Amino acid sequence: MRQNAKRAFDPGKPLEMQKQAYKKMVKKVSPKPPVIRNSIWAFAVGGFICAVGQAFLTLFQGLGLSTLDAGTATAIVLVFIAAFLTGLGLYDEIARFAGAGTIVPITGFANAMVAPALEGRTEGIVMGVGARLFSVAGPILVLGITAAWLVGILYYFLGPRTP
Amino acid sequence: MPAEKKVGAQTVAFAKPPVVSATAAIAGAKEGQGPLADTFDKVIDDPYCGEDSWERAERRLLQEALEMALKKAGLKPRDVDYLLAGDLLNQIISANFAARALAIPFIGLYGACSTIYEGLAVGAMLIDGGFAEKVLVGSSSHYATAEKQFRFPTEQGVQRTPTAQWTVTGAGALILTATGTGPRVTHATIGRVVDLGAGDPYNMGAAMAPAAADTMVHHFTDTRRRVADYDLLLTGDLGFYGKTLLEELMRSYGHDIAERHNDCGILIFDRENQDVHAGGSGCGCPATVTCGLIMRRLRERKLNRVLGVGTGALLSPLTTGQGETIPTVGHAVVLES
Repeated sequence: MRQNAKRAFDPGKPLEMQKQAYKKMVKKVSPKPPVIRNSIWAFAVGGFICAVGQAFLTLFQGLGLSTLDAGTATAIVLVFIAAFLTGLGLYDEIARFAGAGTIVPITGFANAMVAPALEGRTEGIVMGVGARLFSVAGPILVLGITAAWLVGILYYFLGPRTP
Repeated sequence: MPAEKKVGAQTVAFAKPPVVSATAAIAGAKEGQGPLADTFDKVIDDPYCGEDSWERAERRLLQEALEMALKKAGLKPRDVDYLLAGDLLNQIISANFAARALAIPFIGLYGACSTIYEGLAVGAMLIDGGFAEKVLVGSSSHYATAEKQFRFPTEQGVQRTPTAQWTVTGAGALILTATGTGPRVTHATIGRVVDLGAGDPYNMGAAMAPAAADTMVHHFTDTRRRVADYDLLLTGDLGFYGKTLLEELMRSYGHDIAERHNDCGILIFDRENQDVHAGGSGCGCPATVTCGLIMRRLRERKLNRVLGVGTGALLSPLTTGQGETIPTVGHAVVLES
């Protein structure tokens, strides 16, 4: 048992020390996520989604919609595409590689609502689909709206005065 | 006075080792494309198994495996004294509902992914204790039900970390009998719940390795055996990183297991081509590998003595949300050809 002294983990030590030693062991063994590869994927796919959005925006403006209306129409189309791909079981396949690239754009929000709703289907329309629809998106909405409200208050008191 | 059949602190040695007289392993499509495809009795390609929800699909997998084991042993449900089964879902619904269909006196088990080994240990105790002649044991998991309950909705776009494991879709079942031919269960070592502070639910192997080590070390101490007494030390679902961690932990206890150790989570998938990150997990992982590959090798006498250690992470999404670390357990049984 003398050799134990040299080892990182010593089962003879008190539990708290074992926990510390084990934490180090786990950190050493477990690989880090491939951050650079993930970033490149996220940049490419996220950028592609935004480019598609821009293409629709330009198209809708060309068809005579105002900038505001064209933006709304673009959001509707992107949300539809994401929800449709989620229903086909393709969105998560893309997201496995794209990561943040598929989560950050509005398409990620659509996916986060449709995916739990699909699973809620077996528990009925009201408590299944209806309640589950917001199980992932709910916190994003609550915290997002709260943050927007706080920033709005700060802007009201501290922001530049409109003449 | 110590119990007659108890050896050391945590182990029991069976006086008349119960026999595993029949086994059944049913797996899903992804497992059926893996390296163990030909060791499964049946591969069901449809993830819904012809049902209309993931939960019913898992229930069907388990029920079919239990029925197949009965059929192979030439038994009817009424011939069996007890059914021991469990799974990962809340209130072990797969096992409860399969038991409803089979109408065998039922003892529900929850040992997370260690359940098939917990069942082997308890079932062998019932038989050697003289309380049963025939016991049916089974356990199952399904990728979609496990994801839904423990992680995210299956269709949600999330990126998995390299240490995440892939829940096996599959079910394993076996018949334990007091007499007959087949591999025998000679010892069982019941694990303690161990927690070395790992809290990442995407690194289950790291959470469970200390429980496997604790049970293995006690098994060796209780039985006065060594690593070399076994052809194979098989863990349930530690995956690649958990395997490395267990081997390192065992070295610090003075046992070098690396040469004889393998893990069901590593055996079941081809890591290079199946995108499973750190390997397989879930009740179905040790259940299908043990009831398929391992029992076959024991019957063929290519393996003669195996120490199987089922490992279970006893967490719930609630405890993770409340910032708790992951309690884990390892249950071991000795299987001899």
